[in-house]
Amino acid sequence: MKTQLKLALKVLARRKFFTFISLFGISMTLLVLMVATAVLDNVYSPRAPESKFDRALLVLSIAQIGPEATMTTNPGYAFLEKYVRTMPDIEAASIFSEARQTRMYVGNGRIDTILKRTDGAYWRICNFTFLEGRPYTQQEDDAGAHVAVITDKLRQKLFGNAPAVGKMIELEGDHFRVIGVVPSVAITRIAAWADIWAPIGTMRSSSYREAFTGDFSGVVLARSRADMPRLKRDFASRMERAQPSDPKMFKKIVAGLDTPFEASARGMFAGTKFRDRAPFVLAALLVTAAVLFMTLPALNLITLNLSRTLERASEIGVRKAFGAPRRALMSQFVFENIVITVLGGVIGFLLAAGAIQWLNFMSFLPDMRFDLNVRIFGYGMLIAVFFGIFSGVYPAWRMARLNPVNALRGGVQ
Amino acid sequence: MIRLENVDKVYRTERVETLALQNINLDVTQGEFISIMGPSGCGKSTLLNLIGLLDAPSSGTLALDGESVGKSGDKKLAKVRNEKLGFVFQSFHLVPDLTVVDNVEIPLLYRKMGGAERRRLALAALDRVGLASRVHHFPTQLSGGQQQRVAIARAIVGRPRVLLADEPTGNLDSQMGDEIMEILHGLNRDDNTTIVMVTHDDRFAKQTSRIVRLFDGRQVA
Repeated sequence: MKTQLKLALKVLARRKFFTFISLFGISMTLLVLMVATAVLDNVYSPRAPESKFDRALLVLSIAQIGPEATMTTNPGYAFLEKYVRTMPDIEAASIFSEARQTRMYVGNGRIDTILKRTDGAYWRICNFTFLEGRPYTQQEDDAGAHVAVITDKLRQKLFGNAPAVGKMIELEGDHFRVIGVVPSVAITRIAAWADIWAPIGTMRSSSYREAFTGDFSGVVLARSRADMPRLKRDFASRMERAQPSDPKMFKKIVAGLDTPFEASARGMFAGTKFRDRAPFVLAALLVTAAVLFMTLPALNLITLNLSRTLERASEIGVRKAFGAPRRALMSQFVFENIVITVLGGVIGFLLAAGAIQWLNFMSFLPDMRFDLNVRIFGYGMLIAVFFGIFSGVYPAWRMARLNPVNALRGGVQ
Repeated sequence: MIRLENVDKVYRTERVETLALQNINLDVTQGEFISIMGPSGCGKSTLLNLIGLLDAPSSGTLALDGESVGKSGDKKLAKVRNEKLGFVFQSFHLVPDLTVVDNVEIPLLYRKMGGAERRRLALAALDRVGLASRVHHFPTQLSGGQQQRVAIARAIVGRPRVLLADEPTGNLDSQMGDEIMEILHGLNRDDNTTIVMVTHDDRFAKQTSRIVRLFDGRQVA
């Protein structure tokens, strides 16, 4: 291994132009893939205020299926209360509404803002840091207390630099007392994103309580990650027994307790034939896109490697003459390719770190902060190794199959 | 040690068939030092490549140490080459990216052996050819004679029973050629290494115990 590494580095050092072209192609490809991975990681990995979401399971949509029609909607409060809140052996369950755009008027100005109505358990599942005040409780929700939590950005717009707790705001014709202020949340956080949170009990009509479908979502917090498969199974068996809202039109309900990734996949493929296999299909699409994206530079590297076969013919001949089996030669050349791609990966990672700093600095997406952590570095290295194998195997196979006599003559026939 | 019976070698392309060797019968006993001579293109190197298992005979049998190996698979051939054969080439064929000692270690890379042991054997082989002081040089920093000595060290580091030398003095001046021949004679004498050498040089061929002569692919003496 040490000798192989030494040789690989020497080969790279000797062929500077080849090395530059290869590293450029690899590092640029990996730069794009690592930035894309950082974005996906930002969206799907648990991070504040959804820092417990590695053990959270969501119900964002339900499909009611009948012989004539299929209806895919958000679940309603009644559905979630019956099938989600009552899940046994969980840490917590919560119901919250879709984030909805609403308007507030301050003086002569208008502020477009995002409102989410939640129950009290929501604050145990989402892990907000309170800059001021506190969250509302389940009792306040049950009592329909007109209290609200707002973000620091909204506080700035409404009250400037002054504290907000205790102040009144007007929202859709009702007055609410601000009881807490939290940091702003990125739009990509499925459950946490909003500017204002208010108890569900403050809704003007209570008809939502009877609605099977509507504009709510549910989230279950498992006691541990190990509990999640059991909860999914339990929920699936509940769905098998669940009665659709209109038994004449629909015969069954399809819904799942999903991780954030599964939930967004199910949302993307709602109403298509892939709905039941949506997480797998989305993962397959992402992997295929990454592989296709790597194909062009990989082909380039394959061509470069093949063109180098002639240069290394003598070495191949010598190694064969002294007892190198094809397999050993193949592994040597693939190893060399992996060395260059991993080097490209490290360079790509450094470039990606710079690109992400720039993205954060430019703030293209409000409240989203991308970062490159050990996990993304790990993904990047995994991609680099895959890339190395992908682009190294065929040239290595060709080199290892060279006839030793021709190779020693310097030919490649 | 080496036995060829009725060996033919034919090279075929889509249009042409070239008979490179025809009905070769050869017995080389353990400890012999033979030379193969003949005009250019008569099949000397082809014969050496067959004996070295770098190429396969088109027909006939080839046995090493009593074991028929002419048509064995890649893995078996690689093992036999690694354990029983050593090669010295006219143009040295040293790997330019590796130091002298790393070059000499090449045959040992394909054996189950630790790095320290590999290094010890490589240094001993270099010492034997008088290049102990050049171990960390690169091939391009050495003279032709020194490069050929490195190639001999590489060929003997695995203690092969047979050394195959394809015009080992062909690229050297006469003094360096003499030095190389002296090393080869030493190996033959002291280690009982069987040596088969292709040469154009009568002077060196006469120093060996037997001369095999080829003409147009046939054995004429």
